[in-house]
Amino acid sequence: MTNGLGNRAAIVGIGATEFSKASGRSELRLAVEATRAAIDDAGLTPREIDGMVTFTMDSNEEIAVARGLGIPRLTHFSRVHYGGGAACGTVVQAAMAVATGVCEAVVCYRAFNERSGRRFGAGRQGPGADAACAQPTDWNAPFGFVTPAAWVAMFARRYMHETGATSEDFGRVAIADRRHAASNPAAWFFERPITLEEHQRSRWIVEPLHLLDCCQESDGAVALVVTSAERARDLPHPPALLKAAAQGSWLDQEMMTSYYREEIGGLPEMGLVGDQLWQMSGLTPADIQTAVIYDHFTPFVLTQLEELGFCPRGEARHFIADGNIEIGGALPINTHGGQLGEAYIHGMNGIAEAVRQVRGAAVNQIDGVEHVLVTAGTGVPTSGLIVGQA
Amino acid sequence: MLTADQKKELEATIQQFVGKPIGPAATSRDAVNEAMILQWCDAMGDTNPVYQDRAVAEKSVHGGIVAPPMMLDAWTMQGWDMHKGYDEPTNEEQRLHKILTDAGYTGVLGTNTEQEFDRYLRIGDEVTAETIIEGISEEKATGAGIGYFITTKTTFSDAAGAQVGWMNFRVLKFIPKEAPQAASDSGGGAAEAYVPARIKPPMGHDNAWWWNEVAAGRITVQRCKGCQQLRHPPRPMCPGCRSMEWDSIEISGRGTLHTFTVIHYPQFPGYEFPICAALVDLEEGVRMVSDVMDCKPEDLKIGMKLKAYIHEDDDGFKLPLFRPSE
Repeated sequence: MTNGLGNRAAIVGIGATEFSKASGRSELRLAVEATRAAIDDAGLTPREIDGMVTFTMDSNEEIAVARGLGIPRLTHFSRVHYGGGAACGTVVQAAMAVATGVCEAVVCYRAFNERSGRRFGAGRQGPGADAACAQPTDWNAPFGFVTPAAWVAMFARRYMHETGATSEDFGRVAIADRRHAASNPAAWFFERPITLEEHQRSRWIVEPLHLLDCCQESDGAVALVVTSAERARDLPHPPALLKAAAQGSWLDQEMMTSYYREEIGGLPEMGLVGDQLWQMSGLTPADIQTAVIYDHFTPFVLTQLEELGFCPRGEARHFIADGNIEIGGALPINTHGGQLGEAYIHGMNGIAEAVRQVRGAAVNQIDGVEHVLVTAGTGVPTSGLIVGQA
Repeated sequence: MLTADQKKELEATIQQFVGKPIGPAATSRDAVNEAMILQWCDAMGDTNPVYQDRAVAEKSVHGGIVAPPMMLDAWTMQGWDMHKGYDEPTNEEQRLHKILTDAGYTGVLGTNTEQEFDRYLRIGDEVTAETIIEGISEEKATGAGIGYFITTKTTFSDAAGAQVGWMNFRVLKFIPKEAPQAASDSGGGAAEAYVPARIKPPMGHDNAWWWNEVAAGRITVQRCKGCQQLRHPPRPMCPGCRSMEWDSIEISGRGTLHTFTVIHYPQFPGYEFPICAALVDLEEGVRMVSDVMDCKPEDLKIGMKLKAYIHEDDDGFKLPLFRPSE
């Protein structure tokens, strides 16, 4: 399989609002704040932006953001489905647009008041309401089985049964994230690390997930500017070159509830993304110095490490033992604190962190970063990137 | 709405209260006495004779009347005058509340309390209470509105200074959301109580038939007429042979537990918690999501045998549930 997308485009600007529990302003305002910051960071002006990509779930129309920023002309605008699975997918679409000459510079954004507004984890917002996360052909809501946490817990229980992983193994992911967030002033959980005991003592949300296995909910926005590799050379920051960018969906795929596959202990759609990333970049897991692994719930971090080839199947619990995924370990992950520690911006804040690591500008900078792998939402059709030095 | 800077300043101010005593220790106005115990038992509907019948109490392990442990904080309550302090604070707790009230956090809601008792109080005991502000949460968005949880911890001791118990009391100080419209009054009588029901499945061309079968008393699985492959949940085309012709078979209801989750939170209306949600391997070879009933969460085991049955809700909605079959 050959794919012409590798090394064709770069992320050249990142921008964000503060991350909070109650932003006190509209989602549109968050969107324009973050996109303006990203365009400034790229050293461009809004007039030079001619493409926009966001999530299907985003409430901010591309044209509303364009009106806000005074962007006169858009030649490409599109959206990516499936919740947090869209995160790296927005960059895939932007990269395709600039690589084909459809656009000069594309801004990707995600803005929401997910904590103070509509909450994905509410189950049901108000008596008589439909499930907060209902799908058009929802099969599960009548059974009270309606939250993302519960959907993931069903996979996690099976994964434990098949691999021998325990709740403490899941907890080690939360501990790594919170340790990294503790030294990141932008993180909600700045200076608030946790211990394994605290993880184990935290209340059940949906067994086998404790409260501290579940990522926080946040208000905020993140935006990224993507342009061609050639153009990127003339811009102020060292570009985060897209070594590879891919999306993936697999047989019998559902949105968080792919329970009807023969085996449900893995995430084959992420395996497909990983295969493309390695193929397209010509790299191997050994070439990755740090990764941003989507962490809405801890168990899927273990599954992803296996699907991406960082460790053999069923052995992630050994891989993450002894702080191996913390700073100082073999593969530090989520150096910004992840979504468990920094903020839940549907994966977009993780892409921004990957860019900072490539620039050498992260608060928890890893030495000698050449390549960073980033993944998007799990349990859904998903996406991933490898960014690196130009 | 506060600006980010104003909020930062407010939070810095209120956090200074954490760890502070609300004021000097307060001793009960009256020593533990039978009259107050009787009134408390009347109000609570507690008929335990060791609290109120001397003859029985003397023969009990206590050797005399004791106060109900739950009454612990009643002995040192300030009385009716307390309410004045919320306008003109007389202690640190009230000062803290006033600061939040003035910043727009006008609502207050007692959310939970926790008590632990070292010993029973006996007639004549004098109780002294010392209260500290134990903690203030980060700002939380709740169903009532955005606010801060304030936890106080009160330690109770006797005349000799020995601890007899403690209590945590937590309130939410919040910015009230706009009040919802009152339920419409049905013709001058009391408004009808709203009973939340189970979430109903969306029903369309491709899946309504399945729920209709359940309503008629049959749990079925879709079968391809082209290649006989079973498929669930229902969909219009067979992924094996692309046939759009299908019928269905009634299942035996026998299955084994493939995986499960015990759902504790959030506790949304219409359901009893915890919910034991299950993924069941039917003996016909397809899987089905459902709930396991009549089984303690700790007794759920992957591989356990289950049997399906049709449950009917009070509103007439039917759905297939499972229970352990051995």
